Amino acid sequence: MSGPTRRIFILRTGQLSLGLALGAAGPQSAWATPDMMKQLVDEITGGKPMTKGRVTLDLPPLVDNGNTVPMTVSVDSPMTDDNYVKVIHVVNEKNPQPDVITCTMGPRCGRASFATRIKLADSQKITAIAEMSDGSFWFDNADVIVTLAACLEDIL
Amino acid sequence: MARALVNVPAKAKRGEIIEIKALISHPMESGFRVGTNGKIIQRDIVQTFTCTYNGEEVFKARYSPAIAANPFISFSTRATDSGEIVLTWRGDNGFEAVETKQITVE
Repeated sequence: MSGPTRRIFILRTGQLSLGLALGAAGPQSAWATPDMMKQLVDEITGGKPMTKGRVTLDLPPLVDNGNTVPMTVSVDSPMTDDNYVKVIHVVNEKNPQPDVITCTMGPRCGRASFATRIKLADSQKITAIAEMSDGSFWFDNADVIVTLAACLEDIL
Repeated sequence: MARALVNVPAKAKRGEIIEIKALISHPMESGFRVGTNGKIIQRDIVQTFTCTYNGEEVFKARYSPAIAANPFISFSTRATDSGEIVLTWRGDNGFEAVETKQITVE
Protein backbone atom coordinates (compact mmCIF):
# COMPACT_ATOMS: atom_id res chain seq x y z
CA MET A 1 0.00 0.00 0.00
CA SER A 2 2.84 2.38 0.83
CA GLY A 3 4.52 1.67 -2.56
CA PRO A 4 2.12 3.48 -4.92
CA THR A 5 1.55 6.48 -2.61
CA ARG A 6 5.28 6.99 -2.28
CA ARG A 7 5.61 6.80 -6.05
CA ILE A 8 2.83 9.32 -6.52
CA PHE A 9 4.42 11.57 -3.94
CA ILE A 10 7.76 11.53 -5.75
CA LEU A 11 6.02 12.16 -9.06
CA ARG A 12 4.03 15.07 -7.68
CA THR A 13 7.03 16.71 -6.03
CA GLY A 14 8.89 16.35 -9.31
CA GLN A 15 6.07 18.11 -11.16
CA LEU A 16 5.91 20.79 -8.50
CA SER A 17 9.61 21.58 -8.61
CA LEU A 18 9.47 21.72 -12.42
CA GLY A 19 6.58 24.16 -12.19
CA LEU A 20 8.49 26.30 -9.70
CA ALA A 21 11.56 26.29 -11.90
CA LEU A 22 9.52 27.45 -14.90
CA GLY A 23 7.75 30.07 -12.81
CA ALA A 24 11.05 31.40 -11.49
CA ALA A 25 12.42 31.66 -15.02
CA GLY A 26 9.65 34.12 -15.92
CA PRO A 27 10.70 37.33 -14.12
CA GLN A 28 14.39 36.58 -14.71
CA SER A 29 13.92 36.96 -18.46
CA ALA A 30 14.04 40.75 -17.99
CA TRP A 31 17.67 40.34 -16.88
CA ALA A 32 20.73 39.74 -18.96
CA THR A 33 21.10 36.23 -20.19
CA PRO A 34 24.05 34.38 -21.73
CA ASP A 35 22.33 35.06 -25.08
CA MET A 36 22.32 38.81 -24.43
CA MET A 37 25.99 38.61 -23.54
CA LYS A 38 26.68 36.75 -26.79
CA GLN A 39 24.82 39.45 -28.68
CA LEU A 40 26.85 42.18 -26.99
CA VAL A 41 30.10 40.31 -27.72
CA ASP A 42 29.08 40.11 -31.39
CA GLU A 43 28.45 43.85 -31.37
CA ILE A 44 31.88 44.50 -29.85
CA THR A 45 33.81 42.24 -32.20
CA GLY A 46 31.64 42.83 -35.26
CA GLY A 47 31.53 39.08 -35.80
CA LYS A 48 35.32 38.72 -35.90
CA PRO A 49 36.82 35.68 -34.18
CA MET A 50 38.24 36.04 -30.67
CA THR A 51 41.25 34.16 -29.39
CA LYS A 52 41.73 33.14 -25.79
CA GLY A 53 44.97 34.47 -24.34
CA ARG A 54 47.03 37.64 -23.79
CA VAL A 55 44.26 38.98 -21.52
CA THR A 56 44.33 38.24 -17.78
CA LEU A 57 41.09 38.79 -15.90
CA ASP A 58 41.73 38.65 -12.18
CA LEU A 59 38.66 38.14 -9.97
CA PRO A 60 38.34 36.31 -6.67
CA PRO A 61 36.84 32.83 -7.33
CA LEU A 62 34.61 33.06 -4.27
CA VAL A 63 32.87 36.36 -3.51
CA ASP A 64 31.31 37.02 -0.08
CA ASN A 65 29.70 40.29 -1.06
CA GLY A 66 28.59 40.93 -4.62
CA ASN A 67 28.29 44.66 -4.02
CA THR A 68 32.03 45.27 -4.26
CA VAL A 69 34.19 42.80 -6.11
CA PRO A 70 37.78 43.86 -6.89
CA MET A 71 38.64 43.23 -10.52
CA THR A 72 41.92 43.66 -12.40
CA VAL A 73 42.29 43.30 -16.14
CA SER A 74 45.70 43.29 -17.77
CA VAL A 75 46.69 42.64 -21.35
CA ASP A 76 50.04 41.44 -22.60
CA SER A 77 50.99 44.20 -25.04
CA PRO A 78 54.16 46.26 -25.62
CA MET A 79 51.97 49.45 -25.86
CA THR A 80 54.10 51.04 -28.57
CA ASP A 81 52.81 53.46 -31.19
CA ASP A 82 52.06 50.70 -33.69
CA ASN A 83 51.14 47.86 -31.36
CA TYR A 84 48.83 48.72 -28.50
CA VAL A 85 45.50 47.91 -26.89
CA LYS A 86 42.68 50.14 -28.10
CA VAL A 87 39.75 49.10 -25.92
CA ILE A 88 39.12 46.65 -23.09
CA HIS A 89 35.51 45.54 -22.59
CA VAL A 90 34.21 43.57 -19.62
CA VAL A 91 30.89 41.73 -20.04
CA ASN A 92 28.85 39.42 -17.82
CA GLU A 93 26.11 36.83 -18.12
CA LYS A 94 23.66 37.38 -15.30
CA ASN A 95 23.66 40.97 -14.04
CA PRO A 96 20.62 43.05 -15.09
CA GLN A 97 22.70 44.42 -17.97
CA PRO A 98 25.37 42.53 -19.92
CA ASP A 99 27.96 45.34 -20.00
CA VAL A 100 30.22 46.18 -17.06
CA ILE A 101 32.94 48.59 -18.16
CA THR A 102 34.57 49.79 -21.37
CA CYS A 103 38.05 51.29 -21.11
CA THR A 104 39.62 53.18 -23.99
CA MET A 105 43.40 53.38 -23.86
CA GLY A 106 46.32 53.99 -26.14
CA PRO A 107 50.11 53.90 -26.42
CA ARG A 108 50.31 56.72 -23.85
CA CYS A 109 49.15 54.31 -21.13
CA GLY A 110 52.47 52.48 -21.07
CA ARG A 111 50.88 49.44 -19.51
CA ALA A 112 47.60 47.89 -20.64
CA SER A 113 45.90 47.26 -17.32
CA PHE A 114 43.31 48.72 -15.00
CA ALA A 115 41.64 47.86 -11.72
CA THR A 116 38.19 48.72 -10.39
CA ARG A 117 35.41 47.31 -8.22
CA ILE A 118 32.24 45.85 -9.68
CA LYS A 119 28.83 44.51 -8.61
CA LEU A 120 27.79 40.93 -9.30
CA ALA A 121 24.18 39.77 -9.03
CA ASP A 122 24.80 36.04 -9.29
CA SER A 123 27.40 33.31 -9.65
CA GLN A 124 28.42 33.64 -13.26
CA LYS A 125 31.06 33.86 -15.93
CA ILE A 126 32.73 37.21 -16.60
CA THR A 127 34.55 37.87 -19.86
CA ALA A 128 37.16 40.51 -20.65
CA ILE A 129 37.74 41.32 -24.32
CA ALA A 130 40.69 43.33 -25.61
CA GLU A 131 40.66 45.02 -28.99
CA MET A 132 44.19 45.45 -30.34
CA SER A 133 45.46 48.16 -32.68
CA ASP A 134 45.82 45.55 -35.45
CA GLY A 135 42.09 44.76 -35.20
CA SER A 136 42.43 41.38 -33.48
CA PHE A 137 40.36 40.39 -30.43
CA TRP A 138 41.61 38.46 -27.40
CA PHE A 139 39.66 37.40 -24.34
CA ASP A 140 39.77 35.74 -20.94
CA ASN A 141 37.02 34.26 -18.76
CA ALA A 142 36.61 34.06 -15.00
CA ASP A 143 34.07 31.96 -13.15
CA VAL A 144 32.86 33.53 -9.93
CA ILE A 145 30.71 32.13 -7.14
CA VAL A 146 28.73 34.87 -5.39
CA THR A 147 27.21 34.19 -1.96
CA LEU A 148 25.60 37.59 -1.32
CA ALA A 149 24.19 39.05 -4.52
CA ALA A 150 24.15 42.73 -5.41
CA CYS A 151 21.16 44.52 -6.98
CA LEU A 152 18.59 42.30 -5.28
CA GLU A 153 18.45 43.75 -1.80
CA ASP A 154 15.70 46.26 -1.03
CA ILE A 155 16.24 49.36 1.05
CA LEU A 156 14.55 48.88 4.43
CA MET B 1 30.92 68.55 -5.20
CA ALA B 2 31.63 64.98 -4.55
CA ARG B 3 34.65 64.09 -2.49
CA ALA B 4 37.40 62.52 -4.53
CA LEU B 5 40.65 60.87 -3.49
CA VAL B 6 43.31 60.94 -6.16
CA ASN B 7 46.79 59.47 -6.00
CA VAL B 8 49.22 60.76 -8.62
CA PRO B 9 52.98 60.71 -7.95
CA ALA B 10 54.26 64.29 -7.58
CA LYS B 11 57.58 63.49 -9.25
CA ALA B 12 58.56 61.01 -11.95
CA LYS B 13 61.45 60.27 -14.27
CA ARG B 14 60.92 60.91 -17.97
CA GLY B 15 59.45 57.85 -19.68
CA GLU B 16 58.56 56.16 -16.41
CA ILE B 17 55.20 54.41 -16.18
CA ILE B 18 53.23 55.89 -13.31
CA GLU B 19 50.12 54.51 -11.68
CA ILE B 20 47.11 56.74 -11.07
CA LYS B 21 44.48 55.74 -8.52
CA ALA B 22 41.20 57.56 -8.13
CA LEU B 23 38.24 57.10 -5.82
CA ILE B 24 35.13 59.24 -5.77
CA SER B 25 32.15 59.26 -3.44
CA HIS B 26 29.04 58.42 -5.43
CA PRO B 27 26.09 56.09 -4.65
CA MET B 28 26.09 54.42 -8.12
CA GLU B 29 22.37 53.67 -7.77
CA SER B 30 21.79 50.94 -10.33
CA GLY B 31 18.14 51.66 -11.17
CA PHE B 32 17.18 48.05 -10.44
CA ARG B 33 16.53 48.34 -6.71
CA VAL B 34 13.14 48.81 -5.10
CA GLY B 35 12.69 51.46 -2.42
CA THR B 36 10.48 51.50 0.69
CA ASN B 37 7.50 52.81 -1.34
CA GLY B 38 7.67 49.77 -3.63
CA LYS B 39 8.86 51.81 -6.56
CA ILE B 40 12.11 51.41 -8.47
CA ILE B 41 14.78 53.85 -7.35
CA GLN B 42 15.84 55.95 -10.31
CA ARG B 43 19.22 55.27 -11.82
CA ASP B 44 22.01 57.60 -10.70
CA ILE B 45 25.43 56.53 -11.90
CA VAL B 46 28.74 57.95 -13.05
CA GLN B 47 28.79 57.31 -16.79
CA THR B 48 32.24 58.31 -17.88
CA PHE B 49 35.67 58.84 -16.39
CA THR B 50 38.40 60.52 -18.38
CA CYS B 51 42.02 61.34 -17.71
CA THR B 52 43.88 63.97 -19.69
CA TYR B 53 47.62 64.62 -19.46
CA ASN B 54 48.50 68.15 -20.56
CA GLY B 55 45.24 68.27 -22.51
CA GLU B 56 45.75 64.94 -24.27
CA GLU B 57 43.32 62.16 -23.40
CA VAL B 58 45.24 59.13 -22.11
CA PHE B 59 42.54 56.99 -20.52
CA LYS B 60 38.76 56.86 -20.69
CA ALA B 61 36.29 54.50 -19.07
CA ARG B 62 32.58 54.08 -19.67
CA TYR B 63 30.80 52.80 -16.58
CA SER B 64 27.61 50.75 -16.37
CA PRO B 65 25.38 50.25 -13.30
CA ALA B 66 27.56 47.19 -12.55
CA ILE B 67 30.31 49.39 -11.12
CA ALA B 68 30.35 49.36 -7.31
CA ALA B 69 29.36 52.39 -5.22
CA ASN B 70 32.17 54.92 -4.71
CA PRO B 71 33.85 53.91 -7.97
CA PHE B 72 37.55 53.21 -7.77
CA ILE B 73 39.79 53.10 -10.79
CA SER B 74 43.49 52.48 -11.13
CA PHE B 75 45.42 52.67 -14.40
CA SER B 76 48.82 53.69 -15.65
CA THR B 77 50.30 56.24 -17.97
CA ARG B 78 53.74 57.22 -19.19
CA ALA B 79 55.24 60.35 -17.64
CA THR B 80 56.24 62.47 -20.63
CA ASP B 81 56.41 66.09 -19.47
CA SER B 82 55.77 68.16 -16.39
CA GLY B 83 52.26 69.42 -16.30
CA GLU B 84 48.70 68.83 -15.35
CA ILE B 85 46.80 65.59 -14.97
CA VAL B 86 43.06 66.23 -15.00
CA LEU B 87 40.56 63.58 -13.96
CA THR B 88 36.90 64.11 -14.85
CA TRP B 89 33.82 62.15 -13.82
CA ARG B 90 30.47 62.76 -15.51
CA GLY B 91 27.17 61.07 -14.75
CA ASP B 92 23.42 61.12 -14.43
CA ASN B 93 21.53 64.21 -13.15
CA GLY B 94 24.29 66.51 -14.37
CA PHE B 95 26.94 65.04 -12.09
CA GLU B 96 30.41 66.38 -12.75
CA ALA B 97 33.58 66.29 -10.70
CA VAL B 98 37.03 67.46 -11.76
CA GLU B 99 40.34 66.87 -9.97
CA THR B 100 43.59 68.42 -11.13
CA LYS B 101 47.06 67.23 -10.07
CA GLN B 102 50.48 68.60 -10.93
CA ILE B 103 53.31 66.32 -11.90
CA THR B 104 57.01 67.19 -12.20
CA VAL B 105 58.98 65.14 -14.69
CA GLU B 106 62.77 65.18 -14.50
